[in-house]
Amino acid sequence: MNNLIWLIPILPLAGFVINGIGRNTLSKGVIGFLGSFLVLVSFGISLAVFLQVKSTGTPINVTIYDWFAIGDFHFQFAFLIDQLSSLMLLIITGVGFLIHLYSVGYMKDDAGFGKFFSYLNLFVFFMLLLVMGSNYVIMFIGWEGVGLCSYLLIGFWYTNPAYADAAKKAFIMNRIGDLGFIFGVFLLIKYFGSTAFADVFSRAGTQPFAAAPYVLITILLFVGAVGKSAQLPLFTWLPDAMAGPTPVSALIHAATMVTAGVYMVARSNILFTLAPVTMHIVAIIGLATAVVAALIALTQTDIKKVLAYSTVSQLGYMFLGLGVGAYTGAFFHVLTHAFFKALLFLGAGSVIHACSGEQDMRNMGGLKGKLRITFITMLVGTLAISGIPPFAGFFSKDEILAHVFAASPAMYAIGVLTAMFTSFYMFRLLYLTFYGKFRGTHEQEHHLHESPPNMTVPLIVLAILSLVGGFIGIPESLGGHHWLAQYLAPVFQKSAALFTGSTLSGSTEITLMAVSVTGAIVALVYAYMKYVKNGHVPVADTAKRSPLASLSYHKFYFDEIYDTLIRKPLDWLSEFAYNYIEKLGIDGIVNGFGKGSMDASRGLRLLQSGNVGFYIFMMVVGIVSILMYLVIKF
Amino acid sequence: MSTFYFIAFLSIFFSILVITAKNPVHSILYLILTFATFTVHYILMNAQFVAIVNFIVYMGAILVLFLYTLMLINLNKDSEPQKSNIIKIIGFIAGGCFLVAVVAALKAYQTSQLVVLQNPNLGLVKNLGKILFNEYLLPFEVSSILLLSAMVGAVLLATKEPKTT
Amino acid sequence: MKTLNDSIQAIPLNHYILLCSIIFSIGVIGVLVRRNAIVIFMSIELMLNSVNLLLTAFSVYRGDATGQVFVFFIMALAAAEVAVGLAIIVMIYRNTNSIDINVLNRLKW
Repeated sequence: MNNLIWLIPILPLAGFVINGIGRNTLSKGVIGFLGSFLVLVSFGISLAVFLQVKSTGTPINVTIYDWFAIGDFHFQFAFLIDQLSSLMLLIITGVGFLIHLYSVGYMKDDAGFGKFFSYLNLFVFFMLLLVMGSNYVIMFIGWEGVGLCSYLLIGFWYTNPAYADAAKKAFIMNRIGDLGFIFGVFLLIKYFGSTAFADVFSRAGTQPFAAAPYVLITILLFVGAVGKSAQLPLFTWLPDAMAGPTPVSALIHAATMVTAGVYMVARSNILFTLAPVTMHIVAIIGLATAVVAALIALTQTDIKKVLAYSTVSQLGYMFLGLGVGAYTGAFFHVLTHAFFKALLFLGAGSVIHACSGEQDMRNMGGLKGKLRITFITMLVGTLAISGIPPFAGFFSKDEILAHVFAASPAMYAIGVLTAMFTSFYMFRLLYLTFYGKFRGTHEQEHHLHESPPNMTVPLIVLAILSLVGGFIGIPESLGGHHWLAQYLAPVFQKSAALFTGSTLSGSTEITLMAVSVTGAIVALVYAYMKYVKNGHVPVADTAKRSPLASLSYHKFYFDEIYDTLIRKPLDWLSEFAYNYIEKLGIDGIVNGFGKGSMDASRGLRLLQSGNVGFYIFMMVVGIVSILMYLVIKF
Repeated sequence: MSTFYFIAFLSIFFSILVITAKNPVHSILYLILTFATFTVHYILMNAQFVAIVNFIVYMGAILVLFLYTLMLINLNKDSEPQKSNIIKIIGFIAGGCFLVAVVAALKAYQTSQLVVLQNPNLGLVKNLGKILFNEYLLPFEVSSILLLSAMVGAVLLATKEPKTT
Repeated sequence: MKTLNDSIQAIPLNHYILLCSIIFSIGVIGVLVRRNAIVIFMSIELMLNSVNLLLTAFSVYRGDATGQVFVFFIMALAAAEVAVGLAIIVMIYRNTNSIDINVLNRLKW
């Protein structure tokens, strides 16, 4: 089995190469089949690897080759498949395959079909590299690679300047994070002399507890995670990233890439556990992101924007979980979130597809009858994200919230409030889209249709996963075994030994669950009353809003604040640099040299009288001067 | 000993005449005389080969070439247009400065040993031929190419171009 | 032979250098003050020959025949130079009907 592991990332890469080269010559059928099938094969191998890891319980370490050596620092190009990465592999290839399948239908009329599939395959390759790497550098390669693919796919319809801008925004914001990440890796090399996970983690305990290096390294790594996983204050790129095709939003900006930050922190859990200061920062930023994004999502009217903010909010939950030491819970949420958020995005894509590209919920409504399968699957996804038992989101979210309560009840209160918001805006989305009367044009109404089977099948599969996905982590308080926690225990073993926080009794846990479920149902009912019973429709863009609603609708003015604080001064600075430093300074010097030599030569060329006698005379004068100089010198 | 100084005086005297003679033909004749004194110098140093080559090549060939050219050009005007006196004075001063500089450089090195001919055979044709065809064979052959190319170049330059118009 | 040796031995090297410097300077002055291209050319030959003489003197002084071989090469070079130089002068005369170097003032901007 081990000698097949390298095939997992190579197959999507092969897909990228073939589809990339043949994007204009191969037929759409071939491209779609190839792109999906290769990922499916990867999934098959991943499944086999997963089963092996599960049965043996030991990580697989495969060294492909010795990449480079600097002095004593040997750098291996190696893959590490342990419990954590084996699960990520399943998500990436499994969900990835479903989304590929869905894209075949969703993108079938697009001119860039081949390009789309080659990018998608490339993304899968880099994402696999990210999770399979046995050290931080390979992880960083994947980390940069997925950033690149994200850029390419957000700007997929690059002829629209706004989309191209969104792509640039995503890329630049990610760069800020990546800078933190790579500095973190440098520090790892400095303090641990290695980037390999095994070396770093085994040496981690030997340094004094909470020493400055841990805090510094983990903060830098966390900055990387903040960029990649769209946390406060670098989250604004993710909603804009919705400019890309919907399958991209589902795969990259919901299920896989944005969770890379969570994966990375979970992978480095020992380092983070050794740096309590960073843990607090992670928890606070996670919580703040969850609340702010949820508040923004309350008033958004673009169906994909709502989902984007909900993704940001859920990612905030994951970091909150990581911050309080609930690594298993956070990773659990990554898994379930991958299922239901991919489902929601694909469902939204199906809705958009049906409405001829319309994304504004104010122009939807009443789709329940027309899009039966989409409606049911979306309902499952919404229930899952709202944390209604027994759907997947309930288990993962409540595991996080339980740990948060153990750490700080105040944070827990905000967390539950956020969960209520989540439930509200998700049902708001559902009601506005599927209930009531259709509010679009007649033209759109005429075209309403259920999506083809290759789009609905992924929806159904994901809906089933969203329904049952939570059962891998039924907490003991509900009579389960929490299979996931047991499976992942080796990865978090060292952190668990260091964990000092209190644990909750079973009854408290059940109480907490009841509280959050009640909250979610209250929010659900309120949304129902408001949008179905009263038929409320969000007001137009220009309408007057209450200050709070306005704050939320305008995304807390984050973009505007960044604009004023960062972009404007930078603009001013570059304007200044251009006008004064560039034009006067550098151009002045360069032109000055040119002008100076022109003037000098204009004067000097008068010496060139053309008179040969004069030339000879000057030559003699020169020789005499040299001789005189030599005579005087000696 | 006095032979050397006498010949040296003649050399300087004729070379001054070379540059002062108004008629170029006279200049060439004086130049031939200067070179004749040079040949005597070579003989005094028992550099027989150089003396003969100087006699044949310089006086016989090169200076005849000069005369020939002068004849071709047919510059029978007695006086060329003279430079102004100022230029002449400046020229003399510059040349004088050059001489002064060289002599001053000479004075800086106090050594003034006598020229002694250790090996009387040094400048003989036999001795030089051995050196020339052993150590300096390659430069010797290359100089033949130089002469050939110079000949071709001279012919090319001096040939009248056919009027293309 | 004996008398020749005597006549050489009596002369300090500096005097040879002085003689050659003087002739060289005369050549320089000739180049500077004359306008006839052929005379200038002859002055150059004068300079060349003064160097030849000095080389021979050094050769004898050091008892090294290389100097005289060098003189031989210089003469070969001078022959080539004169051939080409005179050809150029002939061409100049043909084109400008003069060999006055003041006419040749196109070598400028």
